[in-house]
Amino acid sequence: MTTAPSTSRIRAWRLLAGNPVTLLSAIVLALIVLVALLGPWLVPYGVNATDVPNALRPPSAEHWFGTDDLGRDVLTRVVLAARVSLLVAVASVAFALVVGVSAGVVAGYRGGGLDTVIMRANDVLFAFPVLLLALAIVAVLGPGLGTTMLAIGVVYTPIFARVARGSTLSVRAEPFVQASRTMGTGHGYILLRHVLPNITGPVIVQTSLSLAFAILSEAALSFLGLGVQPPQPSWGRMLFDAQGFFDQAWWMGLFPGAAIFLTVLAFNLVGDGLRDVLDPKQRTMIEARRLR
Amino acid sequence: MGGNATIRFLARRLLSSAVVLLGVVIVVFSLVHLVPGDPVRIALGTRYTEEAYQALREASGLDRPLPVQFGSYLIDLVRGDLGVSFRNGQPVTLALLDRLPATVSLAGFAIVVALLISLPAGIWAALREGRLADAIVRITSQFGVSVPDFWMGMLFIVLFSSVLGWLPPGGYVALTDDPLQWLRRVALPGTTVGLVAAAILTRYVRAAVLDVRSSAFIRTARSKGLPSRTVLMRHLLRNALVPILTVAGIQLATILGGVIVVEVVFAWPGLGRLVYDAVAARDYPLVQGAVLLMAVLFLLINLIVDVLYAIVDPRIRLS
Repeated sequence: MTTAPSTSRIRAWRLLAGNPVTLLSAIVLALIVLVALLGPWLVPYGVNATDVPNALRPPSAEHWFGTDDLGRDVLTRVVLAARVSLLVAVASVAFALVVGVSAGVVAGYRGGGLDTVIMRANDVLFAFPVLLLALAIVAVLGPGLGTTMLAIGVVYTPIFARVARGSTLSVRAEPFVQASRTMGTGHGYILLRHVLPNITGPVIVQTSLSLAFAILSEAALSFLGLGVQPPQPSWGRMLFDAQGFFDQAWWMGLFPGAAIFLTVLAFNLVGDGLRDVLDPKQRTMIEARRLR
Repeated sequence: MGGNATIRFLARRLLSSAVVLLGVVIVVFSLVHLVPGDPVRIALGTRYTEEAYQALREASGLDRPLPVQFGSYLIDLVRGDLGVSFRNGQPVTLALLDRLPATVSLAGFAIVVALLISLPAGIWAALREGRLADAIVRITSQFGVSVPDFWMGMLFIVLFSSVLGWLPPGGYVALTDDPLQWLRRVALPGTTVGLVAAAILTRYVRAAVLDVRSSAFIRTARSKGLPSRTVLMRHLLRNALVPILTVAGIQLATILGGVIVVEVVFAWPGLGRLVYDAVAARDYPLVQGAVLLMAVLFLLINLIVDVLYAIVDPRIRLS
């Protein structure tokens, strides 16, 4: 019994490594995370170091990605914004994961009235288009870093609840869980030993996909001026600033947008590869209509 | 028998939609009450005077007890009254109706673009499963899912408007006023939204065609010696069309609620742009009204899609 999960895990990693697209995406993702972590030591300029005489300069040897309307180095800002954008994505998905998985597991395991109440509340949250719900939360709490994390976290919670509930329901019906219950094993033990390990596959996949869409959502909110606020840089906010200058300085908008695109693509492709291996029954909603 | 099952399914589906709708109304009603501090004071901002404050508080009904407020909110809702804007005193319902055609026409254009791309691409990929064409379509669709739509819109403006000068960078003309000018203006935002939707739809089209292709009746049709063209057109595509149209319907609902950023980029005066302005101005009744309308549209389209699906495909009623 104890060796089964580890061999299947080894097989899973082997399969993953055998998929060149997934492997390449994972490497790109690792590089992006590394850049985000080491950012402050990699960049040659300050994030808000203005140099107005050198404003709107095209890419050159001194400024690889050019300068913006205030003469700030675009490369520096793209690198340092990676930190903020990834931080928001990770924090909000962590929130969604903890709240959503807890709710989904409890609903699926207990069943009955509690299940109905939790899943109906989930349906209500599902009825709101993603960005609209995030905007409504920002309207209530006011824009800022914390609000952005909370808003995106709330928006992605129902997806985790649904995935966790579906997986819990099928694990609960397994003979070994039924047997364990008959033998009088405590609920806590069953949840920790049997249910949680068996739902991790779909949850890991959903996490990767949700990180991709959380980055897009943060970028959209910040682009609208309602997400991350200056002086903190974020890719979406940089695009917001680039709007008025796109005609004269394409580099102001091209590079932050490309950074968003590359990061989201990497998360999506890793999620896709993981799903083929970890969630063969396809419980996770990859192109789920709710994601964008 | 069949009729009864359909009616039972419809009744169950309607009931669950009604429960969710009530939940949505409660959430939307609560929005203004969740604002930390006094929403009227926040909304007034620098325009604050004691008289303006009292007037707005009374006009919005926020001075009354909570259960009374909710009761009258429900009654007003049924009468189609969504309150008045904090900013200009205009009835919210009128403001929404004013903006609805712009968003609907943009979403309509986008879904047509999405279908025109995703149907051939998805079918082509499915019929060449595992080959180069399939790989190209899958990777391209992954790109489309990952690209920020507002960034793509900005690039389109630079390319097609600033550099090539083919199309205007934004603005709106009603379809009913001047169809040609509408088309020139909807082309860029509509294509932006449509391309993202196409990326998502293509995967579904591919999956639906593959699913039908592996079913027994296609094998039978083939083994009967029917020409592959007949099998493709008469059996395969016709059967794949039902799930595809379902997803297209859901996609349309998603587009209606997801065009906010693209409407802002292209100065398209639709519901999304209205929500954005209302959030920025802390105009709570307008935010509430727009959020409610979009959520209701979303629920409604989902309901219609489900019901049509159940009528077309009897198997769904049993699940």
